[in-house]
Amino acid sequence: MTAVKAMLRRNVKLFFKDKGMFFTSLITPMILLVLYATFLANVYRDSFLSGMPAGITLAEDILDGLVGGQLVSSILAVSCVTVAFCSNFLMVQDRANGTARDLGMCPVKPAVLSVSYYGATLISTGIICFAAMAACLGYVAVTGWYLSAMDVVSMALDVLVLVLFGTALSSVVNFFLSTQGQISAVGSIVSAGYGFICGAYMPVSSFGSGLQKAVSFLPGTYGTSLLRNHALGGVFSEMESQGIPGEVLASMKDLLDCNVYFFGTAVSVPVMYAIVIGAGAALLGVYVLLNAHRKRS
Amino acid sequence: MENIIEIRQLHKSFGEVKAVNDLSFQVRKGELFAFLGVNGAGKSTTINILCGQLSKDSGTVVVAGADLDTDPDPIKRELGVVFQSSVLDSALTVYENLRSRGALYGITGKAFEARLEELSQMLCFGDLLGRAVGKLSGGQRRRIDIARALLHKPGILILDEPTTGLDPQTRKVIWDVIAQLRKDAHMTVFLTTHYMEEAAEADYVVILESGQIAAQGTPLELKNTYTGDFVTIYGQSEAQIQALKLPYEPLRDAWRLSVPNTGEATQLILSHPELFRDYEITKGKMDDVFLAVTGRSLSGGGEK
Repeated sequence: MTAVKAMLRRNVKLFFKDKGMFFTSLITPMILLVLYATFLANVYRDSFLSGMPAGITLAEDILDGLVGGQLVSSILAVSCVTVAFCSNFLMVQDRANGTARDLGMCPVKPAVLSVSYYGATLISTGIICFAAMAACLGYVAVTGWYLSAMDVVSMALDVLVLVLFGTALSSVVNFFLSTQGQISAVGSIVSAGYGFICGAYMPVSSFGSGLQKAVSFLPGTYGTSLLRNHALGGVFSEMESQGIPGEVLASMKDLLDCNVYFFGTAVSVPVMYAIVIGAGAALLGVYVLLNAHRKRS
Repeated sequence: MENIIEIRQLHKSFGEVKAVNDLSFQVRKGELFAFLGVNGAGKSTTINILCGQLSKDSGTVVVAGADLDTDPDPIKRELGVVFQSSVLDSALTVYENLRSRGALYGITGKAFEARLEELSQMLCFGDLLGRAVGKLSGGQRRRIDIARALLHKPGILILDEPTTGLDPQTRKVIWDVIAQLRKDAHMTVFLTTHYMEEAAEADYVVILESGQIAAQGTPLELKNTYTGDFVTIYGQSEAQIQALKLPYEPLRDAWRLSVPNTGEATQLILSHPELFRDYEITKGKMDDVFLAVTGRSLSGGGEK
C-alpha cells in the first residue's frame, strides 16, 4: 500500500509538473472553445432558429442556454477521454525513457505499478475535468443558467463515469505503446478523432445513417449524450414551460443527440449509464488481464 | 571466497541472433568484476537477464544463493543498478525522486530520512535535494543515480558504463565512492565500461564476444596471455636497437621494444647489458588485451 501511495503521488506530480503533458491535455478544450467562438456557436444558433416551425420564436436567453449547454457538454465529453490519454502517457514515457526498467528493478509486484498508473490517471483526469466542469458551469451562469441542482449532480456523475471510461480506455491503448513517436501519433488521433466520433464536435444526428449506426456501437457516443441530456435538460424544461410544442422539443433533442438511437431504438438514460460503466469495467478487466499476462520479452 | 553471482550455460536468442550463447561465469563476493565487450557482444542482454528484466531461453542464474527462476524477489533486493543513462524523473526534485524509489523498497519516514542523510554525505549532494533532476549537470545527476542504486543497501552494485561522458574529476569522485563502498560495505561491483583503465583496476575481467566468453582472468593473467611486455630503452642509437632484431617503435627520447614476456625481456637485458643503462619494462595495457582478443579497440568511451 505504501508503494502504491508513493507511486500515485509520483505519477500525479509528474503529470502536473510536466508542462508538455499537462498543456497537451488541455489542447482539446482549447480547440473546442476556439471552434465555438469562431463559428460553431453561430452555426448552431442559426440552425436552431431555422429549425423552428413558423410562428414559434425562441427567446435570446433560451438560445444562449442551448448553445452554452451544447458547448459545455462537448468540452466535458471530450476532455474526460483526451485528458485521460495525456495523463496516462506517463506509462508510455516511463517505458520510452527507461524509467520503467528502474521501477521494474524494485521488489514490488508489477500490479503495484499498473494500479498506480491507473489510479494516478484517474486522479489527474478527475482534477482537470471537475475543474473544467466548474469553469463550464461558470460560463453557463454567465450565458444563461437553466440547470437544476439535480442536473448539476447528474453532470458530475456523467463526468465521473466518463473519466472512469476514459482512464480504462487509455490504459488499454497505452499498454501497447512504448515510444515517444507513438505517444504523439495516438495523442493526435485521440485529440482530433475522438471529438468527432463521440458526437462532441458535430452531433451524431448530422452524420450519414451508416456512420450513425457505426458510432452507436461506441460507448463514448452515449457518454456525450448523457452530458447533453443533463446540460440541456433545464433549457428544454424552460422551453416546454414557454409553450414550445412537444414535437418541436423532440426534434431538437434528436438534433442535439439528447436522444440517441441504436438501430432505430431509443436508448434511455439509465441504459446509457449502463453502457458507459459496462464498457469502462470491461476495459478495466482487459487492462488487468493484459498486465497479468504480460510476458517479459 | 564465495560466489555471489553464478551464471551457468545461459542462452538467449532474438530470432536468429544468438545474443548470449552458452555463457557461464561466476562473480566472487566483494570483488570488482569487469564485463567487457563491443556493442552487441551480449553485455546488456546478460545484465537485463541478471536483473530479471528479460527472460532467458535456458541456463541458470543464481544471485546470493537465490535462483532467479524460483526466487526473484531477494535478488531484486540484492541488486542496485546504475543504468547507462539516468532513469530518474527529470521534472521531480532529487528528494522526490529518492523518496518515491525508497518507498518501493519499503523505506519510508524516518528510515528514509536517515538513509538519505547517509547517502547525501557519502555522495555530497545535500545541497541538490531541492533541485529538479533535469536541471542537474551530468556529474551531479550521476551521483544521484548512484544514490538511488544504493538506497536499499544492495550487496551488488551493477554499473553499466557509469562514467561515460563524465569529466575526469567527476569520474574520480565516483570511483572514490565506489572504492569506499567496497572497502566499508564489502560490496560487489559488476562493471561494464569502455574505459580500459577502469577495467584494469578490476579483480576479474570477462571479455565477451558474440555472446560468448572470448577471454577471462585477472588483468595480470590477461596481460600475460594476450600481450607481451615492452622494454623502453633510453640513450641509445637506432642502429644499436636495430641490431637486437626485435620489433620496436621510436618514442620522443627513447625506443620501445616489444618482447613476448617478462622472461624474454630479462634474457635480453642479460645478453646485452651494455645497452641497458637506462631502461624500463612495462606490461601491455588492457587496451592491448582487448584489441588482441576482439580485434577491436574499446578505448575512451567508444568502439573503434
